[in-house]
Amino acid sequence: MQMLLLNASGCLDGLTAPEVARSLDAFVSKTVTPEPRGGNDPVRIAETNHGMLNSIGLQNPGRERFLAEVLPELRKLGVPLWISVGGFAAHEYAETCAQLADVTIELNLSCPNVDEAPESAAEIVAACRATTPLRLFAKLSPAVPDIAEVARAVEAAGADGLSLVNTMRGLELDERTLQPCLARAVGGYSGPALKPIALAAVYACFRATELPIVGMGGVWNGREALELIAAGASSVALGTVLFADPGSPARVRRELQESAELFGLEDPLQARGLAHEPHAQTLTPDLTTTKVPAFFAN
Amino acid sequence: MPWRALHSVVANEQIGPYRLLRVARGATEPGIPGQFFMLEAPGRVLPRPMSLCLATPGELGFLFEPIGRGTRALAALAPGDELHILGPLGSGFRLDVERPLLVGGGIGVAPFPYLSEALGGPPAILGFRTERHAEAAALVPNAQVVVEPTRVTELLESGYDVLACGPEPMLEAVRVLAPHAQLAWEAPMACGYGACYGCVVDSDGEPKRLCVEGPVLADAAA
Repeated sequence: MQMLLLNASGCLDGLTAPEVARSLDAFVSKTVTPEPRGGNDPVRIAETNHGMLNSIGLQNPGRERFLAEVLPELRKLGVPLWISVGGFAAHEYAETCAQLADVTIELNLSCPNVDEAPESAAEIVAACRATTPLRLFAKLSPAVPDIAEVARAVEAAGADGLSLVNTMRGLELDERTLQPCLARAVGGYSGPALKPIALAAVYACFRATELPIVGMGGVWNGREALELIAAGASSVALGTVLFADPGSPARVRRELQESAELFGLEDPLQARGLAHEPHAQTLTPDLTTTKVPAFFAN
Repeated sequence: MPWRALHSVVANEQIGPYRLLRVARGATEPGIPGQFFMLEAPGRVLPRPMSLCLATPGELGFLFEPIGRGTRALAALAPGDELHILGPLGSGFRLDVERPLLVGGGIGVAPFPYLSEALGGPPAILGFRTERHAEAAALVPNAQVVVEPTRVTELLESGYDVLACGPEPMLEAVRVLAPHAQLAWEAPMACGYGACYGCVVDSDGEPKRLCVEGPVLADAAA
C-alpha cells in the first residue's frame, strides 16, 4: 500500500490551479451530479474562529458536460484522477459511475448543503458496485450515531475504501447583526475544528473494517497528517488548508516525513494504526516543543 | 499561478478610519491595478482578499477598514511582523481607455492610487460616509470628494470611460449611468484562486468566480 496525499473534493480546481493539483499524488474532482447545478445563493463562505463554513451547494456543470468537457482536460494534468460522484437517488450515482473509466470513484454520500438521497449509504454503494469495476471510495459524514456501523455496511456492499470525513453542519452569526453569515444560514463546517472529529471517525472505522481509509478534516500540517495515519488512515487529503495555502501539499508532505522520522519511522505509513497499540516511542519534551508544529504554523 | 511569499511589515498607518498596511515587496509582482492579493490574517483560518493600493519599487501597500476579525488582526500588525501574501490574483482593470474616470465609494477607493498612477492621474470622483472616511481621498490625485448624503453619481458626466470600485448599490447606480463601465466587485472568498467557489456571481446568466474572472467585470450582471 502506498500513502497518497490528495485534495478533499471541492477544495481545489485542477484546471485553474494545475500546479497545485500536480503537487498531489492524485486529484479529486469537485462533486459531479447528473444535472447541472448553479449552486446556492451567496453568501456561501464564512470564517469561524476555528474553521470555516461553506454553502456552495454542489455547483457543477452536470454529468454530460463534465464527461465531455471537464474530464478530458483533467486527464491532461497527468496525475491520477478521483472523481467525486453525487446524486439525489442511488440510481443517479450508479448511472454516473457506469460512464466513468480509468479513475477512482469517490461517492459523496454526505454533502451537508443539499437534500440527501432516500437510500442508505450502503444501498447507494451496492447500486454503484453493480455498474462499475472501478475502485469505489465511500465518503461518509461524521454526523451519524455510529460511523463504524456505516463503514461496515458500505464495506459489505462492495466499497473498496473510505473517505473520512465530510464537513458537518454548522452556523455562524454575524458579529454586528446576529444574523446568519451564510444566505442559507447553515453550511458545512471544516477546518481545524474538524480534526478531532475526523480522528475519531478514522479511529472507529479502522477498528471496524479492513478498508483503506483516506483521512481528512482540518489537517493543517504534517504532524496532523501523521495523527490521522496513526488513528488508521492510509492516505490523507487536504481541504481547508488549501484555501489558505496553495503550497500546503509540498509543505505537509515534508513535515509528515519529518514527523514520522521523529518517531523513528522511515515511512509515514508505518505509523498506521499506532494509536491503537501500546507504543514504545515517546518524544522527549525538547523534541515536542521544537519539532512538533504549532496550530496554524504555516 | 503565483505562490505565497512571506513579507515583512514596513508600516501600518492610520488614514481616517482606514489602515494602510505597507509591506516589503520582495520578489512579488504588483500585477495590474484591480488585481488582488490574499493576505494572511494572523491567528485566523482564512486569508483576506485585498486589492493593491500602492506599489513602489520596494513596497506593496494595502488599504482596508478594520471592521471584522481578519481586518482587525491585520490592523494589529506592527513593523517587522511577517505575513504570507499570495498574488497578484484575478483580472484587473483594462488600461486601454481614452477618457478614464475613476469612481469610488468608501474602501472601494483602495485600488485607485495604483490605478491612477498607471493611467497618468485621471480625474476621480470619490464618495465617503463621513469627513473622517474622506481622509483616504488624499491618496488619489485629481479627486473630487463627496460625502453622504451626496452621491458620486450626482457628479457623473457622460463621455468618460468609467472605472469603478465600491459598494454594490454604488456600482449598480454607476452601471445605469455608464453601461460600459468597468466595475470591480467584491464577494466573500476563502481562497482567491478558484478553488472554493465561494465568490461566484451571476454574470450575463453564467456563474463566474470573481477571483478568477473578476474582480473587475465589464457590463456584468453581478
